[in-house]
Amino acid sequence: MTHDSSINTDGELNNSSNESEQNWRRYFSFSTDHKVIGVQYMAMTFMFFLIGGLLAMIIRAELLTPEANVVDRPLYNGLFTMHGTIMIFLWIIPFNAGLANYLVPLMIGARDMAFPLLNAIAFWILPPAGLLLLSSFLLPNGTAQSGWWSYPPISLQVPPGYINGEFIWIVSLILIGISSIMGAINFLTTIFWMRAPGMTFFRMPVFVWSVMSAQLLQLINLPALTGALILLLFDLSLGTQFFKPLENGDPVIYQHLFWFYSHPAVYIMALPAFGIFAEVLPAFARNPLFGYRSVALATLGIALVSIFVWVHHMFTSATPNWMRMTFMVTSMLVAVPTGVKAFAWTATIWRSKLHLETPMLFAMGGATMFIFGGITGVMLAATPFDIHVNNTYFVVGHFHYVVFNTITMAIFAAIYFWFPKITGRMYSEGWGKLHFWLTFIPANITFFSMHPLGLQGMLRRISSYDPQYQGWNIIASLGAFLLGASTLPFIANIVGSWLYGPRAVNNPWHATGLEWITSSPPPRDNFEEIPIVKRPPYDYGDPKYSVLENSNNRD
Amino acid sequence: MQRRTIHIDESPIRLEKWRQYLPNWLKRFLPSGGGNAEDHHGKGIFGFVVFLLSESIVFLSFILTYVALRLTHTDWLPPGVKGPDLSTFVMINTVILLSSSFVIQPAENALRRNQLNKFRFLWLTTIAMGTYFLVGQGIEWSQLDFGLTTGLVGSTFYVLTGFHGLHVLTGVILQVTMLVRSFIPGNYNKGHFGASVTTLFWHFVDIVWVFLFSLLYLWQA
Ligand code: HEM
Ligand SMILES: [Cu+2]
Repeated sequence: MTHDSSINTDGELNNSSNESEQNWRRYFSFSTDHKVIGVQYMAMTFMFFLIGGLLAMIIRAELLTPEANVVDRPLYNGLFTMHGTIMIFLWIIPFNAGLANYLVPLMIGARDMAFPLLNAIAFWILPPAGLLLLSSFLLPNGTAQSGWWSYPPISLQVPPGYINGEFIWIVSLILIGISSIMGAINFLTTIFWMRAPGMTFFRMPVFVWSVMSAQLLQLINLPALTGALILLLFDLSLGTQFFKPLENGDPVIYQHLFWFYSHPAVYIMALPAFGIFAEVLPAFARNPLFGYRSVALATLGIALVSIFVWVHHMFTSATPNWMRMTFMVTSMLVAVPTGVKAFAWTATIWRSKLHLETPMLFAMGGATMFIFGGITGVMLAATPFDIHVNNTYFVVGHFHYVVFNTITMAIFAAIYFWFPKITGRMYSEGWGKLHFWLTFIPANITFFSMHPLGLQGMLRRISSYDPQYQGWNIIASLGAFLLGASTLPFIANIVGSWLYGPRAVNNPWHATGLEWITSSPPPRDNFEEIPIVKRPPYDYGDPKYSVLENSNNRD
Repeated sequence: MQRRTIHIDESPIRLEKWRQYLPNWLKRFLPSGGGNAEDHHGKGIFGFVVFLLSESIVFLSFILTYVALRLTHTDWLPPGVKGPDLSTFVMINTVILLSSSFVIQPAENALRRNQLNKFRFLWLTTIAMGTYFLVGQGIEWSQLDFGLTTGLVGSTFYVLTGFHGLHVLTGVILQVTMLVRSFIPGNYNKGHFGASVTTLFWHFVDIVWVFLFSLLYLWQA
């Protein structure tokens, strides 16, 4: 009866003598424990999320009125540049790395990552790199101003040879890139080599598949950006001429290298979010993930296709027509594996009894919003349409539906879902739901408004605009301020619950992943015994799992 | 000791099955379905090869930039400037560097067979060859009639060879470290990880040079 004796860890109360829990100081120390590093990543990136959000609030304040009256133009340029850079390179991407750091070894039944020291080093590169980036606000000429993609020749129009915002921007991005490549090496080796006995590829949770696919992209595509940035740095400070059009160089080459990374970067950000949906939706629908294998392979498929679509960002960069056609087609191909995923999510919760706890609300909200962002994405992949709305707020609206309404929502789902595991405490459901509605509604107000603005022709990256656009801008700004306020109940909930929340059981959601069979929080080496895996993931069909009983006696 | 077992079911596709059809060397590289956590050597080599993969993409981004610029410019050389040319000096340098791969590999094999002295001798030879290449490149740089900012030819030439030279230098430093370590008693045992990794890195640096050499010297306008 292996079957029975195995799972009764479910209801068992957490052993409060767990030494790892009391010792909060370790979160501020140089540790090689993947769980500590994971939490360090997540906490640090959240700080950057707040900073990036603050910058967005200033941008939205500026856009309340048609005139440029809140900040001057160079500062406005600096604000959207830093906002975009921080949100992408210091919030979503490293947050995903932190979450994966925490979860992957637990999910595959390993005691740690493959190279714990490398792991710690990769993390500790980030705080100095982030601070360096922020420090450029103090420079006489301010931060970099040419947007998060830093296209030459605009990005080269700064006094040469001096330490300027652009120089600092490039150096910090190279550092962040090095950190990510270290992470990719570690994740791939961990997933290939550290799986517990019996944990075959097709028994890995989809989250692990997502991390594997996303890290494969980091490994293959990120070095191209690093290469481009090195050349840009040389152009900027050593007088080389790679990207200088007036001196025979070619700025379009930079665009190719940049988007060769930055398009897949969208999936580096999005795939882990899809992985989160694949963990949360089955757990709260008490259903096995529909079409597990297709979903797993679709994950890898999305990653592979996304390598071949980057030119859709360059439809207006003197790109020849045959290239436009080719890349329009490949871009639309991504919709196929993505559709498989969306279908699987729907089928998983179809006609099941949903348990609408906070993680589930965020997961369902995020998955739904992705459908919307995906549709506008396919629209943009159609070359004629893209040429029409290129560099308007339609694009800004589209990618915020993806990066905020989908990915950031998924991140919140993950935080709530694994909060009991990470802290050994339960969060407050009431505050969680408040946070959800305060996020979901304003996010839609804010980012939906950007679509009509774009269709009417309002350009992005401008601090003053034609008065005809003011209506939608006011709506967008008010939504954004509400959205900013929504972080307050979140922080209150997380901090308060971590300190005073009721103790969590090992498996409050009766979920099936390996991470739930160990204590909350897990001991230093994750498992008392390395588990032997003999079943596929998402085994919610088993009647043992299909009732949500003994659910931690909350509310 | 009781091991935690979870449910009973067989998942039909397992990596082990694929492995039966793979050649031997791939089998050593690819892990089976778990339980490999203790194979530190294999794990480390895997991680290092993955790292080299990312390195090759950085090189590739430079190389493709070079190729793209070359193909779109008829006026590649500024007036009066002579591009890098294929002198006997460069040839000798190249031959020395490439043949060092055939010295370092026997060195590593010797270490695997625990022949420490043979290892040290061949290893030292590799260091000498690598150093020769670096010095040669320095001399060549000092004699060229264009500089880093002399048009695209200068930008591309120095960045490509410089980045590669940096890798050669790293390789030599790794080699020296491994040589010193081989004199610390008890530090070196059969098939030392550091030596294997250095060998792989050295092969990588050599292969990259084949490409750079062909593009920068053999491909003349
Ligand atoms: C708190 C919610 C957010 C608000 C209110 C917000 C608002 C804005 C606004 C108004 C802009 C300026 C558009 C322009 O002038 O071109 C912008 C740009 C941008 N945002 Fe956000 N944003 C938010 C969250 C995020 C998140 C989570 C990401 C994650 C990736 C993100 C990524 C970007 C990027 C990449 C840009 C483009 C910057 C550029 O043009 O260089 N934003 N955002
Ligand atoms: Cu794209």
